[in-house]
Amino acid sequence: MIRFENVTKVYDQKARPALDSVSLEIDRGEFAFLVGASGSGKSTFLRLVLKEDRATSGTVHVAGQNVANISSWRVPRLRRGIGVVFQDFRLLPQKNVFANVAFAMQVIGKSRSVIRDTVPEVLKTVGLEGKEKRMPHELSGGEQQRVAIARAVVNRPGILLADEPTGNLDPTTSMGIMGVLDKINQNGTTVVMATHDDDIVNEMRKRVVELKNGKVIRDEARALYTSMMPVVGQSRRLKDASGRDETADSGGQAAREQAAREQAGEGRL
Amino acid sequence: MRLQFILGEIGGGLRRNLSMVVSVILVTFVSLTFVGAAGMLQLQINQMKGYWYDKVQVAIFLCGEGSTAAGCASGPVTAEQQDNLRTLLESPAVAQYVNDFQFESKDDAYKHFKEQFSNSPIVDSVTPDQLPASFRINMKDPEKYQIISETFSSQPGVETVIDQRQVLERLFSVMNGASLVAVIIAGVMTVCAILLIATTIRLSAFSRRRETGIMRLVGASKTVIQLPFILEGVIAAVIGAALASGTLWAVAHFFLGEYLSKQYPDTAFISPAQTLLLAPALVGLGVVLAGTSSLLTLRRYLRV
Repeated sequence: MIRFENVTKVYDQKARPALDSVSLEIDRGEFAFLVGASGSGKSTFLRLVLKEDRATSGTVHVAGQNVANISSWRVPRLRRGIGVVFQDFRLLPQKNVFANVAFAMQVIGKSRSVIRDTVPEVLKTVGLEGKEKRMPHELSGGEQQRVAIARAVVNRPGILLADEPTGNLDPTTSMGIMGVLDKINQNGTTVVMATHDDDIVNEMRKRVVELKNGKVIRDEARALYTSMMPVVGQSRRLKDASGRDETADSGGQAAREQAAREQAGEGRL
Repeated sequence: MRLQFILGEIGGGLRRNLSMVVSVILVTFVSLTFVGAAGMLQLQINQMKGYWYDKVQVAIFLCGEGSTAAGCASGPVTAEQQDNLRTLLESPAVAQYVNDFQFESKDDAYKHFKEQFSNSPIVDSVTPDQLPASFRINMKDPEKYQIISETFSSQPGVETVIDQRQVLERLFSVMNGASLVAVIIAGVMTVCAILLIATTIRLSAFSRRRETGIMRLVGASKTVIQLPFILEGVIAAVIGAALASGTLWAVAHFFLGEYLSKQYPDTAFISPAQTLLLAPALVGLGVVLAGTSSLLTLRRYLRV
């Protein structure tokens, strides 16, 4: 569904690339977490999928198309196949729940009767039955995020991108949101979620792709937020947590080498 | 559905931005009024030129029923006098200055008069008898008017010889000057209007950036996102153009039609209906102005 081949994205020639030769494939119907510290390239990844930016080199395939070959007037069609959810919900404050979800259908020209049928159905999926008439400020954070998810999936996109969807929510509410995303995933939508909420990742046990400084440093199925295995470039905290002597040693070695390389790299630049 | 949605967006945008929209309407109104005023002056000049102005320079009016000029002591011009004049015009002494000449009979004069004064009540009280017949002369060199005047003024049957250009040209130069001033003011006001429309659209795009952001994300087409903004500017400009057209009509109707035409009954004024011919041009100009300036603004300030 999403395939990155040696994708590099450079925003500023003088700085290190935001994404550095990333190759990654996310299959149809998969649920993948994108984890990593701020600035590790998670958002850049999502922006490239949406064709908000162009890759500096390498190719990005979304739903079988090379996005570089999509002309600018066809970009809306690409985006109709992708739902997006943000940390800050981005609801329209002067529209009620129903109107917020319906807005996504109106702007792509869906008929009024289709909207009347589809919106309540989607609101039911996200657990907001009977709250159609509420205004966004009358809802809790979790409910607002559910509205945002409903809006993202109301046009039945094949892909749902979630950028820190639980970032503003407490742990219990977050789990509720994860339940909704999981349900959407069960219905066949590919879900890619960028997060640094370790509890959620550990709870869900889905595929985890870890980015660091624009590189994929880990890609594991049914994984935890922190790796149990030593990996090149692993941080000291993770290594300590693993608590195994021999791996700690080799991991430490690798980390030192990595640090030295980075230092040298920075010195060069 | 989509059309209804776009209309709803436009309505919301106009309401939210009301004070800016009103200022756009006023500025386009003023600028297009000046454009229209220049147009009206040109129409008026054409009206005053009448049938002969662009074709001939000198008119030899022949004696009519009530002519009191010295040459008309023997009453209205006779056929013989007329033939003599024609022969004189064709004689080598005169012909070397003349490109061409035409005879305008009383009936022709009446026809041309009716055309020129079609907007004036005077047309009903004039009969062909009251209008003089004339020879209309196209000069090889208009400056040589004096020669024709000297040759023909004293001929029997000639009431008077007139260099039409001399009579009207001074007036026209004043009116052309006035249209030039109107065009300059219109130009300055148009720049104002363009900048104001651009600012308004920018504000409007900024105040609705949430909506447009979401529209972009869910895959709304460029047209659906941009059209409401463009139409907002265009609608304001069209209202301004309509006000300008109305003002021009009012000037033609009340000032020219009711006041000036009574003060100067022997002058042909344009009719209010003629000023409405300017209206489509003004509306078109407003649409083009608003459309291009909002399109250019959106390209910079609204990412799609």
